[in-house]
Amino acid sequence: MTSRTEGREMTIDAAVLERHGVTRDEYRRIVELMGREPYLTELGMFSVMWSEHCSYKSSRVHLKTLPTDGERVLQGPGENAGAVDVGDGLAAVFKIESHNHPSFIEPYQGAATGVGGIIRDIFTMGARPVALLDSLRFGAIDRPPTRRLVKGVVAGIGGYGNSIGIPTVGGEVMFDESYGGNPLVNVFCLGVARHDAIVKGVASGVGNPVYYVGAKTGRDGIHGATMASAEFDEKSAEKRPAVQVGDPFMEKLLLEACLEVMKTDAVVGVQDMGAAGLTCATSETGSRGGVGVEIDVTLVPQRETGMTPYEIMLSESQERMLLIVRRGREAEVERIFEKWDLHAVRIGEVTADGMLRVRAGGEVVAEMPNRALTDEAPVYRRPMREPAGHDERRRIPSDALGVVLPPQDVFLQLLASPTVASKRWVFEQYDHMVRTNTIAAAGAAAGVIRLKGTRRALAMSVDGNGRFCLLDPRHGAALAVAEAARNVACSGATPIAATNCLNFGNPERPEIMWQFAEAVAGIGEACRALGTPITGGNVSLYNETDGQSVLPTPVIGIVGLLEDASAVRTRVFPAAGLDVVLFGENLGELGGSEYLKTMHRLVRGMPPALDLARERALQALVVRLIGEGRLASAHDCAEGGLAVTLAECCFESGGVGAAVDVPAAPSDGGVDTVIATLFGESASRVVAAVAPGDVAAVLEAATAAGVPARRIGRTGGDRIVIAVDGARAIDCALGEAETRWATSLAHWMEGRAA
Amino acid sequence: MTFAVVVFPGSNCDHDAYHAIKHVLGEDAVFVWHKETSLHGADVVLLPGGFSHGDYLRTGAIARFSPVMRAVEDAARAGTPVLGICNGFQVLLECGLLPGAMLRNRDLKFHCEFVHVRVERTDTPFTRAAREGQVLRLPIAHGDGNYWAPPETLDALERGGQVVFRYATAAGEVTDEANPNGSVHGIAGICNEARNVVGLMPHPERACETAVGSDDGLVVLRSVLGTMAGDGALEAASR
Repeated sequence: MTSRTEGREMTIDAAVLERHGVTRDEYRRIVELMGREPYLTELGMFSVMWSEHCSYKSSRVHLKTLPTDGERVLQGPGENAGAVDVGDGLAAVFKIESHNHPSFIEPYQGAATGVGGIIRDIFTMGARPVALLDSLRFGAIDRPPTRRLVKGVVAGIGGYGNSIGIPTVGGEVMFDESYGGNPLVNVFCLGVARHDAIVKGVASGVGNPVYYVGAKTGRDGIHGATMASAEFDEKSAEKRPAVQVGDPFMEKLLLEACLEVMKTDAVVGVQDMGAAGLTCATSETGSRGGVGVEIDVTLVPQRETGMTPYEIMLSESQERMLLIVRRGREAEVERIFEKWDLHAVRIGEVTADGMLRVRAGGEVVAEMPNRALTDEAPVYRRPMREPAGHDERRRIPSDALGVVLPPQDVFLQLLASPTVASKRWVFEQYDHMVRTNTIAAAGAAAGVIRLKGTRRALAMSVDGNGRFCLLDPRHGAALAVAEAARNVACSGATPIAATNCLNFGNPERPEIMWQFAEAVAGIGEACRALGTPITGGNVSLYNETDGQSVLPTPVIGIVGLLEDASAVRTRVFPAAGLDVVLFGENLGELGGSEYLKTMHRLVRGMPPALDLARERALQALVVRLIGEGRLASAHDCAEGGLAVTLAECCFESGGVGAAVDVPAAPSDGGVDTVIATLFGESASRVVAAVAPGDVAAVLEAATAAGVPARRIGRTGGDRIVIAVDGARAIDCALGEAETRWATSLAHWMEGRAA
Repeated sequence: MTFAVVVFPGSNCDHDAYHAIKHVLGEDAVFVWHKETSLHGADVVLLPGGFSHGDYLRTGAIARFSPVMRAVEDAARAGTPVLGICNGFQVLLECGLLPGAMLRNRDLKFHCEFVHVRVERTDTPFTRAAREGQVLRLPIAHGDGNYWAPPETLDALERGGQVVFRYATAAGEVTDEANPNGSVHGIAGICNEARNVVGLMPHPERACETAVGSDDGLVVLRSVLGTMAGDGALEAASR
């Protein structure tokens, strides 16, 4: 037999199954669905399609509970990306995806291909990608391996996004030891399309040709999806060949060519080849369309010699797409790809029998129902258990707090903590202005891009807090939704839809599965209450190294619509002599706070309370007041509490300080009242600057909306002064505070003087 | 006036330039694909930013071989105003229309931020509407913007008044701290001896509306309006 059919002769034994990550039960199911023993190529195809990464087998039962409908939703989960109506006949097409495992093994390429993959998901839908955001988590910054990972990941994101010309307009970066062996790289992309131009990943029309376009297929990334579905151990470095190499130039050509082709109606369906490559693209388009797909792997453009059908079907080489073309229109499609110097090769056609049939020349090397690979994948209801010691963890041990430093020292230390400090070192390496739509730049809470040709703009934010989720996954996940939506609202945009990236440990451990299920429930509750349906997303499990899981980290991306782009606001106080208004209530909640983590190395306590009705009222109020031009700036209170929030409003203002006086918050379990007031992280709070003449109207509007609000001080001067109940707690030169905040990250990353 | 915006594979500021010319300035703009051999009689040629051919080799090194570049070179020799922005500047260096070369930024990192540049000369078609010494707030976005030339070339550039823009502080002082990439003599942009070909690393086309942070770049694009190749206005301005 030729090497081409090697898959047929090999016996499938326990060792082969283990190498493929297929359990005995799953194998029995495969045999049952096939009605025979699979060939090795077929086993390989099942193993990637049934991997956790592609099949969502552990998460599916829970994800089904998420709200996915809404009057603006044009496309919910199940396609390459979600889509919502944003007016003027336009749709925002967006999704978030993880590339955690590859980024640990090879940070530059792992992150770069994460960016490339999510961009493909967006233009696959016929939308032009116009904005990127990244949510990143790394280990403790004082460890050299962390700095190597940060440098590699940031360079990789920049290297891809900058080159392809899509601005990275925002994101977040946080540090915690739990991510040391397993960083999180979640990339969000948003594109814009006309409603009627949205293209789906559906094969239809028996006899329609199936085209392969883009880069050639190599041996890179084989079993990438399987790798992303296992824990790390000391042997993980050996998996380096399973990380793909990105080519942003190729993707730029592919993007332009695909959008040009999709403007014609010569294309029936499109799917990118990401995880599980050609196997996934053929079987998913076929099963969505209820048709069969037949291809010949010898026609696939190959970068290396002697590739087997197994390797071709499982390769995860980047920058490749599958197109289903209307019969008779082939020449038109080929002409466009030729203009862009890209391969467009007919590799097969749509059939009527619902089968995925893979030939190597004359010989059939794999044949199974499309549905067996996709819809028939196993679904697990994995056992769940609340972790031991969970209640104990939710109590702040006041005896462990030790010496409490003066508030001003705490303030300066928090400003320099890498999670709070300015991320300028990161975002200056990203082109955040290309396409000239960015009207609220990186470094503001939400990224905002205008929609040229309309009055509108879109705001977007990605947020998550693993500490809150460790302490209470349901509640912590709801807080993440609330924070992302609040960030969007603070720019003046109404939150309209959500996407999620769920980063957890090994789901085969009941405690992890419990965290996951609770978090999904929390996301569902919050998204329902805030009117932001989930239109898609991604699950990343097995984020563990040597049995140590990352903090449970659901990351939420929220998209908001700003009716009048010129009304956009940022966090920065624009002038002296404005009144400072605090919306929401300060309950002095320190559970899971940056204060406890930075000052006492503790992740303890109950995360802040969240009243979703009140949260929604607050967001609606802020959006309305910004629309009326009554807020000169708006900033959400998050890590570091009120003191850090107020400082952030002063930073990058060109020297506008502020002086405020706030009432003491109720004490939280024996913790110092002043500390709790300044650094507690109560939810549903916003700090805004208001022209003195508008304050009465603003406070009145707040009362009418049922949102607590009070004037706490005034902008101006060159100091940050915060008093609690009239007693001065912080009185610091703005310049000193800003230097701490602005230089900390560069200092850590490059050893530059802070 | 009609601007030809040349599109190389990998250009990514082509649409930004088009938008600024067409929708902000209200002038005509046409995209010219790099495989074309004619500029369709455009009055101004603009080579936009981006990563032509991926720039996996030296920046702009492959783009100079595109068929359209022969037309660009002919137009430049005939006196047509030619503006190269960022990658477009790098292409002009590679094809020899402008002297010198680009190195990686001195800290080896990509930089995207607003910087200030001082207008050194107003006798080019892209600065004649500016004041000498005027400070413009423009964005940069590049990894290879560290301009370099051998000493004799630098001397010639300085003597001939070919340094058109320098990185400066907001007050117009040329300092090392205000230099984002390590360029010699703080050079942000230069012109050829005939003064009709200008290249600069900052992006004036990204700074044409206050909504996106600055409209200081307008003066660069506006300067060229009414400046036909060989018309008297340019000579008058340079006197």
